[in-house]
Amino acid sequence: MSIQEIQEEIVDEFSIFEDWMQRYEYMIELGKSLPLINGKYKTDDNIIKGCQSKVWVHAELEGDKLVFTADSDAIITKGIIAILIRVFSNQKPQDIIEANTDFIDEIGLKEHLSPTRANGLVSMVKQLKMYAIAYQTQLN
Amino acid sequence: MSNTSSLDVAVIRKDFPILDRMVNGKPLVYFDNAATSQTPKQVIDAIVDYYSSYNANIHRGVHTLSQEATDKYEQARLKIQRHFNAAKPHEIIFTSGTTHSINLVANGFSSLLQKGDELIVSAMEHHSNIVPWQMLCERTGAMLKVIPMSEKGELIMDEYRKLLSDKTKMVFCNHVSNALGTVNPIKEIIEAAHNVGAAVLIDGAQAAPHIQADVQELDVDFYTVSAHKMCGPTGVGILYGKEEWLHKLPPYQGGGEMIAEVTFEKTTYADLPHKFEAGTPNICGGIAFGAAIDYMNAIGIDVIAAYENELLVYATEQLLSIEGLRIYGTSENKTSVISFNIESIHPYDIGSILDKLGIAVRTGHHCAQPIMDFYKIPGTVRASFNFYNTKEEIDAMVEGVKRAKAMLQ
Repeated sequence: MSIQEIQEEIVDEFSIFEDWMQRYEYMIELGKSLPLINGKYKTDDNIIKGCQSKVWVHAELEGDKLVFTADSDAIITKGIIAILIRVFSNQKPQDIIEANTDFIDEIGLKEHLSPTRANGLVSMVKQLKMYAIAYQTQLN
Repeated sequence: MSNTSSLDVAVIRKDFPILDRMVNGKPLVYFDNAATSQTPKQVIDAIVDYYSSYNANIHRGVHTLSQEATDKYEQARLKIQRHFNAAKPHEIIFTSGTTHSINLVANGFSSLLQKGDELIVSAMEHHSNIVPWQMLCERTGAMLKVIPMSEKGELIMDEYRKLLSDKTKMVFCNHVSNALGTVNPIKEIIEAAHNVGAAVLIDGAQAAPHIQADVQELDVDFYTVSAHKMCGPTGVGILYGKEEWLHKLPPYQGGGEMIAEVTFEKTTYADLPHKFEAGTPNICGGIAFGAAIDYMNAIGIDVIAAYENELLVYATEQLLSIEGLRIYGTSENKTSVISFNIESIHPYDIGSILDKLGIAVRTGHHCAQPIMDFYKIPGTVRASFNFYNTKEEIDAMVEGVKRAKAMLQ
């Protein structure tokens, strides 16, 4: 599936939730259930420091696609990471570079990706794109 | 409400327009007062009045507006002087707030220190009372020593006394810890420092809204305050300094207002307080700070403190009824600040859910990372109460925390 298709799928899934409680409960479930990153990559080098919650990201090229794994010490942050990983992982670097994150607004989680929110997620999206740029250069 | 205080919170709340706001569809519960207090209409009126009636640059203007603005600004200085019982009005220097005040003193000490001198800081400082001194140490070769704290979040005074020597030139410490609420024994700290000839700076940012500080009785050399923690506007505060110290320190910033005479050969500096007030100050802010002091004194700091202590005791009891909840900072001598965590839950998650419920708390390290390192935690949830808060709001928070816990665990 393309990034766009996955985003549409997620927007669809979220449309059944009636209020923030249900959205948060879903994200918390995502955060709890997913083993996101191999422990050996949870190193200080891979930390994207937000002000409050720590976020780790690891990137690896598999064929012509970039695979991301990530984690956070805060569960809601981890839930959002799970969503971001679902969108961006296993995609071609060029597609990642060109993708937007507007769907986050549509699923009612905009406040978590505000540039002034101190949770590391904005930096994480930036970092995903940086990896994509780096690997794209390598592929070229 | 209880009989022990004469504060009518229903009446008080009418002074604060923001408390009627809805957040995420819920009535706002504002418990982030230790970061910034809310502003009563009396202070808002003073701001509007300034810009509507007599906005002008102060000092030296010959026209009426300038004179009116100067008078009001200097009256505010006098109000602040009386409030903190400074001996002289020019011992009150207007700054942009506590951080600016501390930097002013730290910068001034550059010329008074030499290699091998020692400075003493407490383990529970805000970064703004650590970093300027570290920078000073880098410039001068002086050493920074740290007063350790106990598990309860109290300074270990015996250890402090051991650190003091004739090498100690400066001790700095907060009056109240922003992250824990602990009220530090500053009178003892000051006395002991003076016995070895060291100067003392007390960061009063967190204390001023809750405790009446008398700088002469404390015999403190420097005391710093931010207006926005005590119902005033942001971007303004004061440095209190003993006259003799303010004479010893060189000016911090150069510019207009702070000079007596300027030629390209030599500039002579203005007298106190103008020596430290370069450039056009936050005139409106200073005047509004004066209005905030009037507002708080009309209620009475003691009345405020007694009521806030009721809130503290009530909230502590209610929160501790939640299983797995731990409070950081358990001194008997605290202002109305509660820092807590729930076992295995990140404070950010609790804060995010409380926000959805219209409850404003602070989460994170509260700009006091050494305290978080001490407890080996990433941060805490901090609820801080002011005299316009109610027990009903505390109930709403406790319910919110229980709900967050149920969702997150």
